[in-house]
This record gives sequence, structure tokens and C-alpha cells, in this order.
Amino acid sequence: MPIVVFLLKRLFGVIVIVLVVSFLVFSLLALSPGSVVATLLGNRPSTPDLVAALKAKYHLNDPFLVQYWHWLVGVLHGDFGRSTQSGATVTSVIADHLPVTLEVAVYTLVLVVGIGIPAGMLAGIRWGSRFDKGVSALTVFGMSAPGFAVGIVLVYLLGVKVALFPVYGAGGSSPVDRIEHLTLPAIALAFGLIAIIVRQTRAATLNVMRQDYVTFARARGVSPTRILVRYALRNTALPIVTSAGLLLIVAISGAVLIETVFSLQGAGQLMVQSVTAKDVPVVQGLAIFIALFVVVVNLLVDAAALIIDPRTRVAARS
Amino acid sequence: MTIQAVPVPAPSTRRRARRIPVVPLLGGAALLAVLVCVVSGAALAPQDPTAQHPTLSVTGPGPGHPLGTDQLGRDVLSQLIAGARSAVIGPLAVAVGCVLIGVAAGMAAAYFGGVVDTVVNRFADLVYALPALLIAVVVVGVLGGGYWKTAAVLLVLTIPFEIRLCRSAAQVQVRQPYVDAARTLGLSPWRILFRHVLPNIVPTVLATFLLDFVGALISFAALSYLGLGVPAGTPDWGSMLAAGQQLITENPWLSIAPAVLIIITAASATLLGDWAHERLSRGGERA
Repeated sequence: MPIVVFLLKRLFGVIVIVLVVSFLVFSLLALSPGSVVATLLGNRPSTPDLVAALKAKYHLNDPFLVQYWHWLVGVLHGDFGRSTQSGATVTSVIADHLPVTLEVAVYTLVLVVGIGIPAGMLAGIRWGSRFDKGVSALTVFGMSAPGFAVGIVLVYLLGVKVALFPVYGAGGSSPVDRIEHLTLPAIALAFGLIAIIVRQTRAATLNVMRQDYVTFARARGVSPTRILVRYALRNTALPIVTSAGLLLIVAISGAVLIETVFSLQGAGQLMVQSVTAKDVPVVQGLAIFIALFVVVVNLLVDAAALIIDPRTRVAARS
Repeated sequence: MTIQAVPVPAPSTRRRARRIPVVPLLGGAALLAVLVCVVSGAALAPQDPTAQHPTLSVTGPGPGHPLGTDQLGRDVLSQLIAGARSAVIGPLAVAVGCVLIGVAAGMAAAYFGGVVDTVVNRFADLVYALPALLIAVVVVGVLGGGYWKTAAVLLVLTIPFEIRLCRSAAQVQVRQPYVDAARTLGLSPWRILFRHVLPNIVPTVLATFLLDFVGALISFAALSYLGLGVPAGTPDWGSMLAAGQQLITENPWLSIAPAVLIIITAASATLLGDWAHERLSRGGERA
């Protein structure tokens, strides 16, 4: 039962964070330059009917906190208002842009897990070797080089100079074309993330391989593969899983820029366009959506840690 | 065998200390070159970075223009040198501000505990849970903001990390007997913190300073790449990237050169931070 209490406490924390974010996000409307009505109208013609409708919808004649309350109730029902650019509902605009972002995200995840974890484990096992030194040098590079700068270098090297991959848009509907178009964005986005996960995995593996039980298992003549899989992989899983929250935050910030670099019509690009066009309802919707996504993933990471490692269950109880 | 084996550790550490640290030196040299450009600004540029030559629109590298020209015929190399200022000064200010406020608040949180500690930690939790760069994009983009407002937003978003790192470094120190001894002697808390605790957490402070700088450098470049934060017309690495991307087939240097410069500056600062932290904390252990 204490674990349920722990998870409920974390859930409460999540709700508090989302509420704080929602309040800040709502304040954007009042804080953005110009009158609220002008902001909500955007580039639509200002007719008395529309102005009256907006005033009624956002309860603009009521005090600020009452406005927030009405807005929050609407948000809880999935109503974020309408885009000031297209007039479409915010939820439909976001839904239109999500697929590309999700495709890039899955592709990136495959690269990060497929390259990062094996490379990190190998570097940790062969600690001090040439491979380890090379990998560690690359991670410093990966941690500090911003994805969008890497993206542009990739565009030049693999898109213009060698013309191996297309550099613009997400491609047509055929899967091969899709994968070809999304390869460079996924590599650019994965670059920094792989560096983070390699560092975590390497440190965790290094730690495990120095434990007495590994030495003892080796002395017993347990095969290196078995040590690797049963001892090292299982014990390195926890730090890797707990770094997922950090990875996600880096990935979201990165995706916004990568989608701009490669002209992908995804949620990140939508964010930049809406911010530039001062389309506040869409920005609000996206911000709430991202905040919710981040805190829910963090909650799942905590729950996963409890499942993977019995020791964390003991820690959660106390 | 034993006679040979015993003295091995001592000379090996001495040899390691004497070996020239090539990588940090290269990183330091790169940072120094960037700093020279920051200080000199356009004065060091071979040509006026804002001078337009309509007849030389988007040409590749050639005589007088080692990296070619942009759409308005401006010299790319001169723009890069002049652009170092807006690319580096803001991030430097953010990092300095972070260290000044972060060290004081972090040490105070570690020493006094209680409400200060809780407030600092909850704020850090909130910022940890959200993508800072995205917040900066939203705030600067929607509310509008010049260069220094952008720096202020990034400062607010970076400080929690700095405070937390300084707090945990200081927490180790305030439990040490020398702090108790100083307290017994009747020294004031701030004197204990700044005269006695601070010198012991310098390795952490230095490393976090460079980390903050790298983070702010990337954020500034990202914002100006998106057309935010840096006023239009000012030469800046981020906005050069954006302008050069459309012309990547005509003159690749227009976008590649600032991209490489951002990568090199950030990687150099990270390397130098890692190295300094390792050196200083190892020195501390030995003493």
C-alpha cells in the first residue's frame, strides 16, 4: 500500500504542476502586447458580432480569475478556442501536426536506443580503451553541439554535397519515401540524445562491472555474455530509464528547431509559426499539451523504476 | 619485481601532471579567438560587415571574400567576426548572473536550510520538469522582448540548476568540522560562507559557469535562428544560419560557417569546464 500512497503523492504533484503551468499559459493572453480582443481576433476582420462572441466566450467583462476559471473548464473539456490564423479549433490544428512529429520521435527513439545503449555499455566494459576514449570524446561533442547546427551541417554534407538524402519536408505517403525524408532530421535530433544516454549507460555499466558480485561471477566462470545480459544490462536499466525524463525535455526543445531546419509540418514547427504569428490560443493549447506530456512521462518513469528495481520500492516506502 | 612495482604510482601521477593537455589547450585557444572577436567586434573584420554590394549577391569564396557573400553582397567572414559579439555577450551575462545569484542562494540554502531550501527546491522542480528553451521561445515570441529581455528570461530559467548544484556542493562542506569551528569562533554566517565554504566549492562553480554559458549560447543561437531575441539587421550567428539555409547550394559557407562556429565554441567551453573541474577537484583531494 505505501507504494500506492507514493504514486498518489506524485500524481498530486503532477496536478499542481499542470495547474501552475495552465495559469501561466492563460496569463499569456493578458500579457501579450495589444488588447486581448485584438490578440484573439488575429487577422480576422473585426465585426461587432465576432467581437461580442469572443467577449462572451472568454468572459472578458469578468475579473481575471473568473476568466481563468471559465477558460480552465473549457480546457478540461478539450476546448482551447480557435486559431486566430485559420479559425479552426486548436485541437484539430494540433492533431493535424502531430503525426509527423510522432514519426520523427519514433525514428529518433530507435536510433537512440539502438546506438546509444550498446555503445555506452561497450565503452563501460572496455573502460579506458581506445573505443571508450573515442566514444567519450564524441559525447562531449554531442552534448554541446546544438541539434539545429548539426542538422544544417548534415544538410550540407549528406543533402547537398553527396545528395544522399532529401533535405526538405516529410515526403509522400509511401513508407520508403517517408523514412528517406525523415532520416536526416532523426539523426540530427538523436545526436545530442545519444550523447546523454551513452554517458548514463557508460557510467552505470562502469559501476556494475566494479561490483564484487561481477568479479565473483567471473571467478566462478560465468560466461561474459551471461554477465553482460543478466548482471550488467539489468542493473544498468534503472539509470537509463530514469534519464528518460531528461532525454524527453532535450528532445522536445530539439524537435522544435529540427522541424524548422527540415521544414517538417510538425507540432514544433506549429509552435514556432504560432508564436511568430502571435496565435495565442494555439500556443496555449500546445504548451498545455507539452506540459501534460512531460509530467505524465516523468510519472511513468517513476512507476517503471519501481517495477524494475526492488530497491526503489524500499526507498519509496520510507 | 617488487622493487620496480612499488614506486610506480608516484612517478605516473607526476608524469600525468606534466603532460601537455592538448585538447583543453585547443579548446582554450578556440575560446580565446572567439573572445578576441567579441572584444574587437567589427574592428577586426577585413571589411565593413554591413556594407552591401548588390553586384556580388550570394557568391562563393573568392578574392577579397574568403567565405563569399550573402544575399545583399555582404562579406560573410566580416559578418561572422562582428556577429560574435551578440552571440557571446548575452550568454556570458547569463552565466555571470547565474553564478553570482546561484552561488549566494545555493550556499544560503545549504547553510540555513528551512524555507529558503524548500522554495529553491520547488522552483527547481518546476523548471526541471519543463523544456526551458521552449518556454523561452513562447515568452520571448509572444510577449516580445529585446536582447536583454531574452537574457533575463534565460537567466530565470537557468538559475535553478545553478542553485541546486551549488547547494549540493555546499551541503557537503557545511557539515565539515571547520564550519563548526568557525561558528564556535563567532564568525558571521556570510563570512563563513564566502571566506571558508566558497573556496572549497570553486571547482563546481567554475564547471557550472561554463555549463551555463554553453546552455545560454545554444539557447541564444536557437532563438535568433528562429528570428527571436536578436534585432533584425544585427549580424549574429543564429540569424546567419537561418538566412544561409535557403542559399545553401549557392554559398554553403553562409550557413555552415556559423553552424561550425557555434558547435566549436560550445564544445570548447564544455571541454574546458570538464578539464578544469577534474583538475581542481583532484587538486583539492590531494591537499
